[in-house]
Amino acid sequence: MKRTKKALCVLLGAVMCCSSAALLTGCGGDEIGKNGEVNIYNWGDYIAEGQYGLMNVIDEFEKETLIKVNYTTYDTNEEMYNKLKNSNDNYDVVVPSEYMISKLLREKLLQKINYDNVPNYKYINKRFKNLPCDPDNQYTVCCTWGVTALVYDKTKVKSKPADWNALWDKNLSGNILMINNSRDAMAIAMQTLGINPAEKFTKADVDKATKKLKEQKPLIKKYVMDQVFTEMEGGQAAIAPYYAGDIAAMMEENDDLDYVLPKNGSNLFFDAFCIPASSKNKENAEKFINFMEKPEIAAENCKYLRYGCPNDEAVKLLPEDIKNSELTFPSDEYLNKCYIFSDVGDDIYAYMQEQFVNIQAE
Amino acid sequence: MKSRRLTIPYIIWMLVFTMIPIVMIGVTAFTDKKGNFTFEPFEKAFVYSNVFVKSLIIALISTAICLVLAYPLAYLLTKMRKSSQRTVVMLLMIPMWMNFLLRIYAWMILLQRNGPLDTALSLLGIHGTYIGNTAAVIVGMVYEYLPFMVLPVYTVMSKIDPGLIEAAQDLGAGNASVFGKVILPLSIPGIISGVTMVFVPSASTFLVSQYLGGTDDIMIGDVIDKIFWTDENTGAAISLVMMVFIFVFLVIMNLFGDEEAIA
Repeated sequence: MKRTKKALCVLLGAVMCCSSAALLTGCGGDEIGKNGEVNIYNWGDYIAEGQYGLMNVIDEFEKETLIKVNYTTYDTNEEMYNKLKNSNDNYDVVVPSEYMISKLLREKLLQKINYDNVPNYKYINKRFKNLPCDPDNQYTVCCTWGVTALVYDKTKVKSKPADWNALWDKNLSGNILMINNSRDAMAIAMQTLGINPAEKFTKADVDKATKKLKEQKPLIKKYVMDQVFTEMEGGQAAIAPYYAGDIAAMMEENDDLDYVLPKNGSNLFFDAFCIPASSKNKENAEKFINFMEKPEIAAENCKYLRYGCPNDEAVKLLPEDIKNSELTFPSDEYLNKCYIFSDVGDDIYAYMQEQFVNIQAE
Repeated sequence: MKSRRLTIPYIIWMLVFTMIPIVMIGVTAFTDKKGNFTFEPFEKAFVYSNVFVKSLIIALISTAICLVLAYPLAYLLTKMRKSSQRTVVMLLMIPMWMNFLLRIYAWMILLQRNGPLDTALSLLGIHGTYIGNTAAVIVGMVYEYLPFMVLPVYTVMSKIDPGLIEAAQDLGAGNASVFGKVILPLSIPGIISGVTMVFVPSASTFLVSQYLGGTDDIMIGDVIDKIFWTDENTGAAISLVMMVFIFVFLVIMNLFGDEEAIA
């Protein structure tokens, strides 16, 4: 008994020595956190973190700059907005979409970026500078972009669809999936009705789109967001509108799938790095943004995400198949036909959301 | 005096996590975006009255099915050897250790087109769609909440004094009247807590209908989820109306319970 006690003491002593030694080395030397921290609030599943043998971008940043990254994610722009507006959490970098950038700017929730600290900004293609939501480009660094497109199952859809009207095709009744997001769904309906979602539209326009979507409801199998992957990859539905980069991923899983870029153009969306007004680590935030726009890092992210990359130098580093994929990089002619969803203001946006819920609740 | 001091942390807990949130929901439900008093959120909430009704019906059916399935199981459980009882209860609990969403996902795969159920029934010459309708939502709910019905009923039943049953038998009661006059009335408290534990969450659940239901199976939980994106006032009003419905249901349940206990 006594002997075991003694042994235990020795063991404990050893453990304590080791841990204090670890603590000591932790304090000194080139350790992550030495240069402060940065709080990133990004979309879920939005960067390369070592998946498929890709780089772990966060680790890489920490190693290079010795800034500790606190990384949290969100699923919707609205979730991010509510956190930013209502909680005391401090974020240094957020990645909102274009319409949310307009809203955040209107409510003065973002601060100007010092572009001298983001030299890699020069690589950004001019199409993604001075965007409508930030015309003088003082607050944003574009990080990803993409278009919405149609994915369809060749075994179920006989002839290649031309545009969004395929989503109202009675022959596909019960096999159509519709995007479960008021902005995208309304925009699709508006386009089929000849209303331009890039211009400031009115409640009357929303009503027309609502009517169009109500006509579609009996034909629909389901309103989906992420479920579109299992539905389309598993051959459970015939056609769905979704984000083009994700369609590329679906097509890798199921050879029966093909895509269409609607011939009259579609929605061009983008997300951009921004610094919230409440940020306490602005310089680290700028370092992070600059790091993310390094060509090799941006390329790595694009390989994972398959969304469009606004960084011209990064695009050069991409493998041919991604570079030439029309889903990830639609042609310039096509992009010229696309519209950027206009900043409709809170009123109309809330009305749109309400009407979209009403369609589903009816 | 000492025991009162012990309750202080719980009172604070209740205040911070129950009372204040309810008051906040109430205030939000009766104000507009600018913070002025209004009934507008309630007007908007009643646009969804059909969804309220549908959610309550789905919850009631699920609860009823759970009760019908769980009651005999709980009864049989009490008749088993102690060790078998433990094993069966364990088996009931194991699925609950797994993430809720994963289990719903599994049901999606089971019920989907060319899925196991469809394939098996097709071999027998039966063709149909098993997902994307209200029945699938109910199946998901029943699966999800069955353990919450079995456990309370079983716990109450296993505490019934066997002496009471023997006494009834000695006095000449047959199996049917032993069950009807002794076991059933004594198990009512278990049924009530089981029904409460199944009905309340299933009425306000979301996601299950999004995964297993079709376009017409949206439930009130999904509406609240969506409407909160842009309009928290209406969202709060809907939640408040739902709370009133559930409260009324619980009051009715308890009245029913007391009566039974007296009889």
